Amino acid sequence: MSNNLSDVVVPYGTKLTAATNGKVEGSATVKTGLAQMFKGGVIMDVINVEQARIAEEAGACAVMALERVPADIRKHGGVARMSDPHMIKEIKAAVTIPVMAKCRIGHFVEAQILTECGIDYIDESEVLTPADDKHHILKSEFPIPFVCGARNLGEALRRINEGASMIRTKGEAGTGNVIEAVRHSRQINAEIKQVQNMDEVELFTFAKEIQAPFHLIKQVKELGRLPVVNFAAGGIATPADAALMMQLGCDGVFVGSGIFKSGDPAKRARAIVQATTHFRNAKILAEVSENLGEPMVGINIDTLPEGEQYAKRGW
Amino acid sequence: MASPAVKIGVLALQGAFIEHIHVLGRIENVTAVQIRTPAEVNDPTLDALIIPGGESTTMGLVAERSGIVEPLRLWAHQGVKPVWGTCAGMILLANSALQMKIGGQPLLGGLDVCVDRNHFGAQLQSFEMPVSIPVLGEEPFQAVFIRAPVIVSHKPNVTVIAKLEKKNADDEHERIIAARQSNLLATAFHPELTGDSRFHRYFVEMVRTSKLARQQTASS
Repeated sequence: MSNNLSDVVVPYGTKLTAATNGKVEGSATVKTGLAQMFKGGVIMDVINVEQARIAEEAGACAVMALERVPADIRKHGGVARMSDPHMIKEIKAAVTIPVMAKCRIGHFVEAQILTECGIDYIDESEVLTPADDKHHILKSEFPIPFVCGARNLGEALRRINEGASMIRTKGEAGTGNVIEAVRHSRQINAEIKQVQNMDEVELFTFAKEIQAPFHLIKQVKELGRLPVVNFAAGGIATPADAALMMQLGCDGVFVGSGIFKSGDPAKRARAIVQATTHFRNAKILAEVSENLGEPMVGINIDTLPEGEQYAKRGW
Repeated sequence: MASPAVKIGVLALQGAFIEHIHVLGRIENVTAVQIRTPAEVNDPTLDALIIPGGESTTMGLVAERSGIVEPLRLWAHQGVKPVWGTCAGMILLANSALQMKIGGQPLLGGLDVCVDRNHFGAQLQSFEMPVSIPVLGEEPFQAVFIRAPVIVSHKPNVTVIAKLEKKNADDEHERIIAARQSNLLATAFHPELTGDSRFHRYFVEMVRTSKLARQQTASS
């Protein structure tokens, strides 16, 4: 798979005006560029300053500030919303690495507030309760970059067309079960291979079938990959899970509940960081997998009622 | 004498290392390889090293745990073969840094400069702009700054390649965005994110010149 992102042009850039010295903020290059700097790294969910510091010391390349990790959102139920801006600001002040935060699908005002908080990336996330059952946020209108979840190529390209600068698998957050992330990653890989073998006439029909913009499908064919950085997320709980997703072709991993719902978060976090760098080195993977203590318990996805499957949220 | 073929290692712990390898791939007689382990860092057939952009704290910590901080320090301090750091790589090559995480972070050092991390602020303040870089010719270079550092002070042995205007005319700090100290090169921005390969070609020339000089010393 080619990994060349340097020549990628993201379709609908923010409406930008250059300053007199030619300086432009919030351009597509600048927004996708930060995701390129995350590659090969681990982005960790944290709910307070203490966890954020543990994540930074472990070598996280960014943290996701949220009030409850997905496992607790599942347990407590109710409506899950954007985090308190005060808590986000505290975390931002405590670490030097980039800070991300989640807003609800379609909730563009939460996104405006997060932009105002000066965070580095917004996750328009199915883990929170959706605010709109038809529309996603028009992300290209924002000066701040967005990451969105996807289960297949069509979904990924629809999000990119709306202005997402980074994609992640949806997986099934808060379960500690990697099967859905694997399913989504394999699905996207399989569709990319299909596209690579199609001629232009077939591409038109395929674009219609998967409900994706034709120009982005053409770009996927040329690049042999998604036109933006693609991380794994949803159910990653061990160094082996992280390395599995990397070997499946993901550019990096998000770990949510998997770290701070385990017995020894600092050690597990370090191990997952090492595993993500050395994802093809079985010797190192074996070393870092030793004596990590209790993993998070995990949920069998087959036993999850359909209404509790977050991956089904988003359109 | 014909310019020699060179092999360049790109530190592949985290960050935008593939992007460097792709740009180097467009330059004739250059092989680029990913570097992660002590054996790979110590590979005697390497002619140069690139430390890419990414998170400098992550790279420093992973380098420590992967047992390659000392071999990387040797690369940077001996100065026998060229080393280029972009953004996070520039921070790692610096002898000192401002705005580090609580408790500091592992630096390799070698470059006699002080850098200011996240100088411009968070992602919202990230930007791209054309800058004048005389060593690359007259045409401005489109420089992409992502949560970028700048060099705020340096010793006299460091040559400034490019700088931005001071924020205010009476600021005591410089805002240097590209610098060189013999075989060490540092840029605050990301030439690997643009289609323009001039900066990579400049570095490859440094590498070829250095290799020729080593070969001549060895044969004389």
